[in-house]
Amino acid sequence: MHTFNIIIDNMEVPYEGEKNLLELIRKANIDLPTFCYHSEISVYGACRMCMVEVNGKNTVPACSTPVSEGMVVKTNTKQLRNLRKMIVELMLASHNQSCTTCAKSNDCQLQAIAKQLGVDKVRFKQKVDFEPVDYTSDAIVRDPSKCILCGDCVRVCKEIQSVGVLDFANRGADSKIVACFNKGMGEIECVNCGQCVKACPVGALTIKSQVERVWDALHDESKTVICQIAPAIRVAMGEAFGFQPGTTTTGQIVSALKIMGFDKVFDTSFGADFTVIEEGNEFIDRYQNGTRLPQFTSCCPAWVKFAEQYYPDLLTNLSSCKSPQQMFGSLSKQILTKELGIAREDLVVVSIMPCTAKKFEAKRKEFSKNNNPDVDFVLTTQEAALMVKESGINFSQLRPGSFDMPFGFKTGAGVIFGTSGGVSEAVLRYAAAKLTNDTEAEFTQFRGDKGVKIGEVKVGDITLKMAVVSGLANARELIDKVRAGQVHFDLIEVMACPGGCVNGGGQPVSANRNSIQERSKGLYDNDKMLQLHCSNENPYLQKMYAQDLDPHNIHEWLHTSYINRKRIQHEEVPLSEDSQDKPLKINICFGTSCYVRGAQKLYNQLMAYLKEQDLMEQTAISASFCMEKCERGPVLKVNGTVLEHCTIEKAIEAINQVTVSL
Amino acid sequence: MNNVDLNTIANNYTERANTFKRSVVVCAGTGCIANGSMNIYHQFIRLSEEKGYKITVALKKEEGGDTLLKHSGCQGFCQMGPLVTINPEGIFYTHVKVDDVEEIIEKTLKNGEIIDRLLFENQEKGKIAHQKDIPFYAKQQRTTLKLCGMMDAEDIEEYIAHDGYKMAQKAVTQMNSEQICDEITRSGLRGRGGGGFPTGFKWSLARKQESEKKFIICNGDEGDPGAFMDRCLMEGNPHSVLEGMLIAGMAIGADEGYIYVRTEYPLAVKRLRKAVADANRLGFLGEHIFGSEKSFQINVFEGAGAFVCGEETALIASIEGKRGMPMPKPPFPAQKGLYGKPTIINNVETLSSVPVILNMGTAQYASLGTKKSSGTKTFALTGHVANTGLIEVPFGTTLRQIIGEIGGGVINDDGTNVGTDFKAVQIGGPSGGCLTKEHMDMPLDYDNLLEVGAMVGSGGLVVMNHQTCMVQIARFFMQFTQNESCGKCTVCREGTKQLLYLMDDIIEGRATLETLDLIEELAQTVKIGSLCGLGKTAPNPVLSTLEHFRDEYLEHIVNKRCPTGQCTALRSYEIDQSLCKKCSLCMRKCPVGAISGSRETGYVIDKNKCIKCGACMEACKFNAIKIA
Repeated sequence: MHTFNIIIDNMEVPYEGEKNLLELIRKANIDLPTFCYHSEISVYGACRMCMVEVNGKNTVPACSTPVSEGMVVKTNTKQLRNLRKMIVELMLASHNQSCTTCAKSNDCQLQAIAKQLGVDKVRFKQKVDFEPVDYTSDAIVRDPSKCILCGDCVRVCKEIQSVGVLDFANRGADSKIVACFNKGMGEIECVNCGQCVKACPVGALTIKSQVERVWDALHDESKTVICQIAPAIRVAMGEAFGFQPGTTTTGQIVSALKIMGFDKVFDTSFGADFTVIEEGNEFIDRYQNGTRLPQFTSCCPAWVKFAEQYYPDLLTNLSSCKSPQQMFGSLSKQILTKELGIAREDLVVVSIMPCTAKKFEAKRKEFSKNNNPDVDFVLTTQEAALMVKESGINFSQLRPGSFDMPFGFKTGAGVIFGTSGGVSEAVLRYAAAKLTNDTEAEFTQFRGDKGVKIGEVKVGDITLKMAVVSGLANARELIDKVRAGQVHFDLIEVMACPGGCVNGGGQPVSANRNSIQERSKGLYDNDKMLQLHCSNENPYLQKMYAQDLDPHNIHEWLHTSYINRKRIQHEEVPLSEDSQDKPLKINICFGTSCYVRGAQKLYNQLMAYLKEQDLMEQTAISASFCMEKCERGPVLKVNGTVLEHCTIEKAIEAINQVTVSL
Repeated sequence: MNNVDLNTIANNYTERANTFKRSVVVCAGTGCIANGSMNIYHQFIRLSEEKGYKITVALKKEEGGDTLLKHSGCQGFCQMGPLVTINPEGIFYTHVKVDDVEEIIEKTLKNGEIIDRLLFENQEKGKIAHQKDIPFYAKQQRTTLKLCGMMDAEDIEEYIAHDGYKMAQKAVTQMNSEQICDEITRSGLRGRGGGGFPTGFKWSLARKQESEKKFIICNGDEGDPGAFMDRCLMEGNPHSVLEGMLIAGMAIGADEGYIYVRTEYPLAVKRLRKAVADANRLGFLGEHIFGSEKSFQINVFEGAGAFVCGEETALIASIEGKRGMPMPKPPFPAQKGLYGKPTIINNVETLSSVPVILNMGTAQYASLGTKKSSGTKTFALTGHVANTGLIEVPFGTTLRQIIGEIGGGVINDDGTNVGTDFKAVQIGGPSGGCLTKEHMDMPLDYDNLLEVGAMVGSGGLVVMNHQTCMVQIARFFMQFTQNESCGKCTVCREGTKQLLYLMDDIIEGRATLETLDLIEELAQTVKIGSLCGLGKTAPNPVLSTLEHFRDEYLEHIVNKRCPTGQCTALRSYEIDQSLCKKCSLCMRKCPVGAISGSRETGYVIDKNKCIKCGACMEACKFNAIKIA
């Protein structure tokens, strides 16, 4: 690589392959403000905050300008200062400035940059579009009036997660970001990962809070409220109280939760130890039988929904294990209620998770019994920190408390679940213990923050091909290769958030660019500090397997099933009024392919026939969009009977069969 | 496909054309079609059958007959349409109606008799029979537009008869890419789409890129208000566009081209598609073109209806099926363009000029125009001018010549012709600026215009008379760019919106002197800070009107008065007592009771109550109500 020095604000700065001028300026310790630049997604160049002057004449955006030899860069001329201030003023003029009540207050970049640049007035006309706030999602709240159109959420969703449910609509001053089909976030293919919330510099995308619901439960004397905290919480929550990223504050968290009124505080890592055993057994079984490989992990709910939407054919390859959160929830509602002698309805299980998708997971139908969910409420790290603050607890000065037993005991394997590669490492430890009786074996090769980690591991005399991916776009790319037969693996760990749960959508917003690595390191340190490192060594777990679990309830309590979500369910559009209780039910596919193959003409003929036969009163007609029989269109359903390559003659015949019996 | 002999096609066409005594050319540009020219065309066909007068339809390739009937692309003088030209005399009929056709056949076609009623007339010369004598045409130098309006746009053979595809054949079979680039560089051709980047140099940049695949894109997303040059070329001479693209393709080593046409130009789309099909049929496009080993194919792509798609990177995104939003440059399209491949994007007029230049010789073309802006430029001449239409003049022509001679003078709101006494000329559309009388004798070229804060742009020339409010004009363009901004970058999206609010403040009487400062500061921010050319040039109309008409702005702001009376909110109505007949009609019409008085005392308007609706003025039969 060709290296040289360039001048930035009178400093000589060596160029060492930085991908753009902005990176080099930041290396020179000048923090140019930006709204739309994130090193891990594509350069967008829209906020125009990072404009700099090059060689005394050109004013260019540093983010999209390559570094070249001989550059003399100024970041702070009068013109540039005025430009930046005015851009912030322009943003504020169309921003809903209800800052004091905004969930993002204090973490808001617009607020911070306005202060940093000394913007003390807005000279422009305040014009905000107060579109309704979208509360349809269990995980994410979207408030368009706060949006500054930086496009970060759009690119994160598209590029990091390959989901792409958000995009721009309209033009010019009417531009806005919409979820697909202008629907609510809860009605679309959003996997609830919350990476958009993390990327949003303002309060346009925030976490759906359950804080008030949890307070209500805590204040309800008739309820026993217990809490589980996920592995990744202990190394991140401290950041909300001034600790460095990665600092373990487990003891303070436990104490704070006890002060706030939780009856018991447990550890999700205990649930994770169960996951390791169940998933490990499942894997060994599949490996030995050579079936349903590769096995995919199933502890990440965003990944599970992603698979349900885009890879329904691979759902049988997903581990049937519930996630640690849900194993914990299920076991506590089954076993703990008995121990405490209380009814299921009187035990409230609250989890504190780094994750927004866990809110969605807890509400899945599979995870509740008689309308009572295994996990009642899910708080993110951010929400839990807010509750501590609201309680006035001086977090940093708390005497560390300890988890309650038995659900508070875990091995190191359960703790490293919180980072990408951790699940694989934990399962490998268990596999080694089970297959070779070696509880000391170390498998560190899947550590690190790379998005795709591939390798072969020897356990005893077998060699396992493994892949660890984080970020759903990485997952998609890898799975497509697996499906195409280009690569083969035995076990694939997938985490939706890049780096795993430590980087979850519910974690504290950090200004520290190394926070993810620091949090991961913190988890591995926790693992080291613990007595036991292999899940099967957990004595409480052993006891529970011996006393409470049998093959039947293991299946019911610890395993689950998945739904094919490839098609939007229940999206039939009624074409006739009062469609209920009509004896003749006709459903016609108006998907593109059927349309091209003459669905519209068929529909017209059908309507003419029904009118002619005076059957309109008895018929409910609806349209659907794609029954996935495209090559056999047009497709018509008459009272459930599917007619392919349907003609009006075929349709009449089917209708007559129904009407004969009327 | 074997090499087609262009000469044979040309000779056959000419020989056949020479067998006719006369030819009738009905203008079928969009303007004339809108005025019913196709009905006239069909009336000729119908009557020839009924009256037993043999008219041969050119496109049908029939033999025999006395007169050849053609429909052409835009003949330029849209205002006088529908236009019918009769050759070889060059008799030029204007405002022709279907009912006139019979008379034209009986008198002109049969006997060569001229129908006075249908001739163009001006004060100076009276009735003028021949196109070449009409000042609108006489003062132009139609070079790129030469065939447009004379030839049948849908007849590839006629294009070939006018030396069409000769240069493409030469470029494919006898020249290497470097030679083509050099030729175009020597001609001094600069991009006609706005920026004026030297075309030959641009091509050689892409030529040097190593890539298996390269693209040529013809930018036909013409969207400036009042501009229609590219539309006329695509409709009137589509083959010249294809030929230009083909030559450009050979120059950079591309084998595929896209024509990105506004979807609002259906006629252009139709004619381009036919032209591509015909050129494919004759082996000028496709594989083994002109019998060589080379191939070149052209796709006609309809735009998605956004002004911003005229911007190179947004246009590329649009072809790729993405939202038409500009991307930061670098990388430039010449390095990484359509589907990541080196891509040259040229404007329609630029490409259409290429075969013309090669045909006439680069040296001769370079001798036209000025030193740094060679050749000719088409302009869409509109606004308060006697003759509006599509014109072509050499660079260096002055406004005095364009407005006074070609345009036939400025027309005031009351209909009087005041010669060259214009107030301003907006040039270059929403990205351009305005020129005033002090620029009357400035030779118009790229560099002179840039120097005075305007630009050639795509070539819209809007002439404004003294009754025009310049603040309103600036606001109009601001409204346009605000609507057409893609919404991507903050300064353009929010900046144009706020500039519009601030302009409204002036027009509606809320502005203070601070408003003016803020406008200037914001305009600079938008200019410096925007991502693409649309934003960078969006404040130009405001900045240039502010420069040349600052007093008019101040009058609005300080005295809350619009000197032209165009700004309704600033109007102040008065009753001229000397004209008032005391009929009291105004008092009765006033919706807010702002007029009071009696037959004895006369009537007065209470300015505090008046809502400036103008109902009184409309009602008064004696023109006694005036705007102060």
